[in-house]
Amino acid sequence: MSNAPAEEIPAEEIDLTEANEVIDKYLTLPGNLMPVLQGIQEAYGYVPKPTIDLVAERLNVYPSQIYGVLTFYAQFHLKPRGRFIIRVCVGTACHVQGAERITETFFGRLGIGHAETTADLRYTFEKVACLGACGMAPLAMVNDDTFGKMTVQKVDEIIETYNARPMK
Amino acid sequence: MSDNAGIKILICQGTGGISAGAKQVEAEFTRLIAEKGIVAQVGKRCDVVKTGCRGLCANDVLVDVITPELGRVTYDFVVPEDVAAILDQHIVNNEVIEKKKAKAYYNTFVDQQMRVVMTGCGQIDPERLDAFLEEDGFKAIEKCVKEMKPSEVIDEVKKSGLRGRGGGGFPTGMKWSFCAASPGNHKYLICNADEGDPGAFMDRSILEGDPYCVIEGMMIAAYAIGCDAGYVYVRAEYPLAIDRLQKALDTCYEKGYLGKNIQGWGFDFDMRIKKGAGAFVCGEETALMASIEGERGMPRPRPPFPAVKGLWGFPTNINNVETFANVRHIINKGSDWYSSLGTDTTKGTKIFAVTGKVKHTGLVEVPAGMSVRDVIYQVCGGIANNRKFKAVQAGGPSGGCIPAEVLDTPVDYDSLIKAGAMMGSGGLVVMDETTCMVDVARFFLSFTKMESCGKCVPCRIGLKAMLDILERITEGRGEMEDIDTLLEMGATIKKASLCGLGQTAPNPILSTVKYFRHEYEAHILEKRCPSNSCKELLLWQVVPEKCVKCGACLRACPSNAIKWEKGEVAFLVKENCTKCKSCYDACRFMAIE
Repeated sequence: MSNAPAEEIPAEEIDLTEANEVIDKYLTLPGNLMPVLQGIQEAYGYVPKPTIDLVAERLNVYPSQIYGVLTFYAQFHLKPRGRFIIRVCVGTACHVQGAERITETFFGRLGIGHAETTADLRYTFEKVACLGACGMAPLAMVNDDTFGKMTVQKVDEIIETYNARPMK
Repeated sequence: MSDNAGIKILICQGTGGISAGAKQVEAEFTRLIAEKGIVAQVGKRCDVVKTGCRGLCANDVLVDVITPELGRVTYDFVVPEDVAAILDQHIVNNEVIEKKKAKAYYNTFVDQQMRVVMTGCGQIDPERLDAFLEEDGFKAIEKCVKEMKPSEVIDEVKKSGLRGRGGGGFPTGMKWSFCAASPGNHKYLICNADEGDPGAFMDRSILEGDPYCVIEGMMIAAYAIGCDAGYVYVRAEYPLAIDRLQKALDTCYEKGYLGKNIQGWGFDFDMRIKKGAGAFVCGEETALMASIEGERGMPRPRPPFPAVKGLWGFPTNINNVETFANVRHIINKGSDWYSSLGTDTTKGTKIFAVTGKVKHTGLVEVPAGMSVRDVIYQVCGGIANNRKFKAVQAGGPSGGCIPAEVLDTPVDYDSLIKAGAMMGSGGLVVMDETTCMVDVARFFLSFTKMESCGKCVPCRIGLKAMLDILERITEGRGEMEDIDTLLEMGATIKKASLCGLGQTAPNPILSTVKYFRHEYEAHILEKRCPSNSCKELLLWQVVPEKCVKCGACLRACPSNAIKWEKGEVAFLVKENCTKCKSCYDACRFMAIE
């Protein structure tokens, strides 16, 4: 639960073929709303608005219920996300080993906060509860690459590395 | 085959290993072995697949070299530059490099543990059904179906004394008997693999390292209770666990270990995975069921209990991953054997994820009843950086902090609760003198506040109000009556909340006030953080009397704020300082405050 204002959802035209395929796959499964939304997110990288209307129509549920589910779970995103997802673990082990200064350094260097995406869609930053590699705390991840025993210096190295990577 | 046949080099490649550079080490081995024309097999000892190896990931990259002459030798902290020496000295000249060899603590770490649930983890290939079958896989369920009545299986589990490993510690056999007694032909079995506790990762390790043992545990439970369908609810943050488990399920269907008339034994059971989507509260069983039904994961009041009216209104039994993983050992080796392990009230072993400021972090499995002190000092080597032990936080956000005075508390359900903490999922976060207990309480509360589903008022509003107070205190704006307010609110929230999340959320505060009241008072009365941890209260200066002129702070500082010359006391330039605390953490002598 947060007190943040509701996210503005951009109007857009998208190809619904993949969304339809996902819905076909789970159509007869009981409790299919979450797997459908997860499948759509996997296909598009986020849950675009037109797919929500489609899901409401085809699964016969109210859009309000879909928004209820989408905003309740941390893993659903209503906006496009960055090419590189930076995750910094703020679990207990990482917290006592100084995760806070890692997150704050990222905030300062990228100019974005938790769950935000840079304007050029290069980076999305997320604090996550636990990545399950507490032995290497504090821990950061960029997409699937793991960086253990993080320091403030390593933050700069990481940003430099990924700034040099191509966007596609 | 040459005369070098039989040489094996195994490199740890868990999440820890990879982040320490295991890939580069492996590449160097492969390159040099080809260059020198040695015949050897380079493999992954515990890749991401087989976490739960031996748990000592803090010393990565760990490399095992196995040769016919010298047997198995383990090297730790291996970097690519060491590879040439290991090849020349160890493999070509048959000489162990004593300097690089893992020291005695490595054996201590391994020997002090007792592996029951995790025997398979890191030993067998989780992707091969044959590997599991060789370890007596599915023997227990076969024995149940062929030789025992369902009620006898339940009695056996009851006699073993197994209690739910998810944290609550409810006797498993009893739970099964409730659901078994519910009328109806269609019942559900759920494995709770949500594991949202920050600082605990044993369920993930079991699923990744030995998925079949969980499947077998669920089959046994399904037979005993009379369930015909099962779900495993896994966090979506564990893609690898989901992947392994899915492969295991597919193989089981293919080979006839799941589905209709399993192996011709006349027993049916269907299983599927349900992915979570990132909500801590879904670990609570009624919320978890709502989530499976495709709703927001909000808990509902009980009764009716899930055993009577659960998933889609059918009787449902829910257990945690580690609980199910215990079951096959109880059936195979008997309840007498199982109940001989552990203490009077807590039987068997318990896996702990020991993390924080301890020398050897990792997963350890010990018999229940070992003292917290032994887990930290004997198994895990004590406190890192020669600092002083302050507290250990047990049981995640629902648990509490145990100070040095009660370190001899045995790790079992009842003793931990008596000490003001709880077993929870088994996370042990060790804290030293640099950890501020008020800040730790604030940390846990900000987590539970964020994860509160918002359905009931005490949890939604109460936790927010408590967090505001704690934030004020850590910023030096607290008042003495705040402590009483916290205690009072904590007691009310515990009593009035709808589900386990709210009922346990105040625990970290209540236990830190109980044992570390003086730290709260120092923040409020002296506007000082005794652990030099709360940022707003730090002065940011070097204490000349404590400084040993080592220069560690200079090397850690990213913003050029430390001035230091060899043999001189360091000086902190406040204008350049970004208050990132790097220097403070680097200083082993508490000379910065």
